Amino acid sequence: MARMKFLCDADRCIECNACVTACKNEHEVPWGINRRRVVTIADGKPGERSVSMACMHCTDAPCAAVCPVNCFYTTADGVVLHSKDLCIGCGYCFYACPFGAPQYPKVGNFGSRGKMDKCTYCAGGPEADGSKEEYEKYGANRLAEGKLPLCAEMCSTKSLLAGDGEIIAQIYKERVLKRGYGSGAWGWKTAYRETIES
Amino acid sequence: MLIKRTNQHSLRHGSVAESLAGQAGGLDRRSFLRKSGLAGGALAALGTLPVGGVRKAEAAMAGPLTAGATVRKSICTHCSVGCTVTAEVLNGVWIGQEPSWDSPINRGSHCAKGASVRELVHSERRLRYPMKLVGGQWTRVSWDTAINEIGDRLQAVREKSGPDSVYWLGSAKMTNEGAYLFRKLGAFWGTNNTDHQARICHSTTVTGVANTWGYGAMTNSYNDIRNAKTQMILGGNPAEAHPVSLQHLLEGKELQKANFIVIDPRLTRTAAHATEYVRMRPGTDIPVLYGMMWHILQNGWEDKEFIRQRVYGFDDLRKEVEKWNPEEVERVTGIPGEQLKRVAKMFATEKPATLIWAMGQTQKTVGTANVRASCILLLMTGNVGGAGMGANIFRGHDNVQGATDVGLDIVTLPFYYGLAEGAWKHWSRVWEVDYDFLKSRFDSKQIMETPGIPLTRWFEAVTLPKDQVAQKDNVRAVFVQGHASNSITRIPESLNGLKALELLVIADPHPTTWASLAVEAGRKDGVYILPVATQFECKGSRVASNRSLQWGEQIVKPVFESKDDLEIIYLMAKKLGLADQMFKKIKVENNLPEAEDVLREMNRGSWSTGYCGQSPERLKAHMKNQAKFDMLTMRAPKDDPEVGGDYYGLPWPCWGSPEVKHPGTPLLYNTNLHVMDGGGTFRPRFGVEREEKLPDGTTRKVSLLADGSYSLGSGIQDGYPEFTLASLKKLGWDTELTEAEMAVINKVNPATPDAVSWALDLSGGIQRVALAHGCVPYGNGKARMHAFGLPDPIPVHREPIYTPRADLVAKYPTLPDAKQFRMPNIGFSVQKAAVEKGIAKQFPLILSSGRLVEYEGGGEETRTNPWLAELQQDMFIEINPADAAERGVKDGGWVWVTGAENNSRARMKALVTERVGKGVAWMPFHFGGWFAGKDLRGNYPKGTDPIVLGESANTITTYGYDPATNMQEAKVTLCQIAAA
Repeated sequence: MARMKFLCDADRCIECNACVTACKNEHEVPWGINRRRVVTIADGKPGERSVSMACMHCTDAPCAAVCPVNCFYTTADGVVLHSKDLCIGCGYCFYACPFGAPQYPKVGNFGSRGKMDKCTYCAGGPEADGSKEEYEKYGANRLAEGKLPLCAEMCSTKSLLAGDGEIIAQIYKERVLKRGYGSGAWGWKTAYRETIES
Repeated sequence: MLIKRTNQHSLRHGSVAESLAGQAGGLDRRSFLRKSGLAGGALAALGTLPVGGVRKAEAAMAGPLTAGATVRKSICTHCSVGCTVTAEVLNGVWIGQEPSWDSPINRGSHCAKGASVRELVHSERRLRYPMKLVGGQWTRVSWDTAINEIGDRLQAVREKSGPDSVYWLGSAKMTNEGAYLFRKLGAFWGTNNTDHQARICHSTTVTGVANTWGYGAMTNSYNDIRNAKTQMILGGNPAEAHPVSLQHLLEGKELQKANFIVIDPRLTRTAAHATEYVRMRPGTDIPVLYGMMWHILQNGWEDKEFIRQRVYGFDDLRKEVEKWNPEEVERVTGIPGEQLKRVAKMFATEKPATLIWAMGQTQKTVGTANVRASCILLLMTGNVGGAGMGANIFRGHDNVQGATDVGLDIVTLPFYYGLAEGAWKHWSRVWEVDYDFLKSRFDSKQIMETPGIPLTRWFEAVTLPKDQVAQKDNVRAVFVQGHASNSITRIPESLNGLKALELLVIADPHPTTWASLAVEAGRKDGVYILPVATQFECKGSRVASNRSLQWGEQIVKPVFESKDDLEIIYLMAKKLGLADQMFKKIKVENNLPEAEDVLREMNRGSWSTGYCGQSPERLKAHMKNQAKFDMLTMRAPKDDPEVGGDYYGLPWPCWGSPEVKHPGTPLLYNTNLHVMDGGGTFRPRFGVEREEKLPDGTTRKVSLLADGSYSLGSGIQDGYPEFTLASLKKLGWDTELTEAEMAVINKVNPATPDAVSWALDLSGGIQRVALAHGCVPYGNGKARMHAFGLPDPIPVHREPIYTPRADLVAKYPTLPDAKQFRMPNIGFSVQKAAVEKGIAKQFPLILSSGRLVEYEGGGEETRTNPWLAELQQDMFIEINPADAAERGVKDGGWVWVTGAENNSRARMKALVTERVGKGVAWMPFHFGGWFAGKDLRGNYPKGTDPIVLGESANTITTYGYDPATNMQEAKVTLCQIAAA
């Protein structure tokens, strides 16, 4: 079974936000919830770099470790998903996540939170693949259709890669070798406890 | 804090929260359109969905929700890269977008705008039905009423003030077919006051570049930039304006280990990826280019053989370049001599090198001269006419190249034929109407052959004293179909125009700032709004920047009561009594002209530009066979049965009739290829020889034809003029013309058939015979470094009208006041007055403007899209930390920006950043819906206001028009900033 991962090549990312709106489009994500976002460091200064960020679908996901209701599970593809039926919107996962992935719709007064929402790697949730119920709660399930996450598929510069970890690592390695520079597979050490040597 | 990236907390900010009332929090209204598609949701109420279809879909609930969807392809409407959009449609509802892997241009990719275009169609804030302003209230009317009333009022204006008093403002958003018919409507109405966005984006490119080597378009392609060893971007920020192009630029940079040079006043998102970033003072492009050329000539890096064979006027140019030694260049531009020398060496010696530009060069008072200087640098270094080289001019809109080609313009009929009698006669033959009928529609033959009023100055044409507008009367009515008003400079003055108009018709998917500003100007009536379908609801061809034509399918039918551009044009023509003549050769069904037929008519008349070979059948075959085209060469394998040997999109010129099967021309002026493989030469468009005056008072004749250079396999191995029947006879090739072709030639000009040229021969025979001998129909000439006929034949640096360097104005003044395009251009007086009044002391900051990736153009459409609007919620101005500190301006704080004219002022947020240098401020130009600190949300028809509103950059911009095209000065003016 493939181990699905994300890899953002920061030397290619131009902060065009295609990944952000592709995600909105595919899952009809409402205003205020951002499953993916682009973060720019040294904005406007020499050395400016951007990285597209979302749930990295960590190995031994910290969100799962802290969840009081055990709503997280990891699929055979290594994708970290959760059940909105179980989620109580406590917000622990938000504090545990090193990437700021969990999002919460505001549902009432006094800052009360709704059920957590995050990137599903376009793999839906616990409901039957491709069902209406799954779509309403989690959005589209592209993986079940043999497609990869739309954010990566639509990336303007092929900076954001999604797919089997070994394959995308290989693509990145070859790229770095050919061009002679690379700032490393961003977030991989934290998420997957590995780095890509080139 | 980065104000660009505000997310949830901004929801609390007044206007946005208000505009989203009832929608923010939790999942929104029609959360899942995919479900809507199945259940026949939101749009079913419109009666477009067959009930049976809905039931069937409900039954097929098992598999993925997209099961059973139809896939349709169109082209993204947000820039000129030409990305294919792949849509999934179920029961008439656009339920999803998939990556367009097969397109050799975008290869699956999109930017933020392309990845969200589906929302444009389904937007609940679209205009739903025609409206008119009655006593200050927007009131619903039927299409019949609207068309009838508009038509009657236009006729009334015509009777009183003449046809030139109606201004027809079209759009680069239209398909070729729409833009062509809009121009044709202008011609049949009897005016040359027909313009579109090219005026304010690349009119200077078209004029400057065409005057250099023949055609004013991108010479190569986005894909071909992959071949460059040196990429230089001067006046462009493609990472935000053309994001998908960066795929080709960055991969090219990586694979070729190429130099990636960005010269710009801002350290842009593109510059962040540069191997060399050069910061310059805004408005000094010519000194930068001459500064480079000075080093090139000093060191002998120029391409001497190329210049000898293919360039005219090098000696005249050298004299101008010699004035620009490193000291003077640094004094004017601020760039150190050593850095520019390094850049010049790379560009001249690490070849092939390409020069990329967009509106940073063009939107200036010296725009035409800027692009000319850029072409000259390419010519000097022999970097034109081959892979990895050329002027890669990134156009703006998805079809601005096409709309320009089809002549939606004030200076020409379709396909650059001009306005002379011969041009009118050519088109009257193509249209099969009487030339005298067309002439009778105009006020006079003279005005029929006189360029119209540029859109940049429409309001002056309304408000200037009548004797200053060289036509029968002032402009009294504006019919605008698909053009933003906030993209035009000097908004405070445009309000006077809006107020004084007798009639304003706005045809658009959104009300636009024409509506909100018209109300602000005090109008209570005389304004109509017609809902137009987006281009995803229409079919037709669009031209990407690289000159490739792409056929877009209709993805869904026009929503609500909106109508296709073509239908609206037809309805207007019918009401005005012109339909029978205008649509003589075009099939019309239910008031909708057939796009394919319109394209066929264009094919029959567009010999001058080589749009004659791109039949709808061929274009559709290209879309169907996208996967077969090579990504780098853009060519299909020669043995393919449908598209064999073609270049993707048959980039023009695609010579001869479709039957000739010319493959298109991916790289212009490429002598390394046979003309039937897309090769070419420079176009001798300005005569075959020129008499030059020598210093001793004598004269000499100099040839303007190429010297010993010709395209591969050419039957004439030297320069040659354009082909006519006479020249074919001279060569003895006329015998190869068929009888049928000769008959047509004799019909075109019965008196002197010998004069019939490759561009006027409706049989295509002259082109066919020239091609058969490996010759380019337009001839083989030299490119001009010295472009006689232009206001500055050799580009000359001229300070911006409002410059912070008043000390330089005496040496580098703008051109003297003159009459241009029926109006006075008083730039010189304005510049002089500004210097005398010390304007630069009151307004010490240079103000420039540009694009954000999330929005496009005037931005009403993209600011209405929540997926984009969420990412950019506030209008802002970038200011350097040093300038901010001097003014007590805080990052994210509110400021007042004041401008040098009309006591203009605008309220927005400050983004304090080193992206701009000290003394420079920068604003995005996509915002609108505020004016001078006032929120105009209430001026929009209810429910159609964009989610995000803000001050327009053009509230602050000032006077300044390029003398050759009347391009507006949108890139350099002065302002002051104070904390609000």
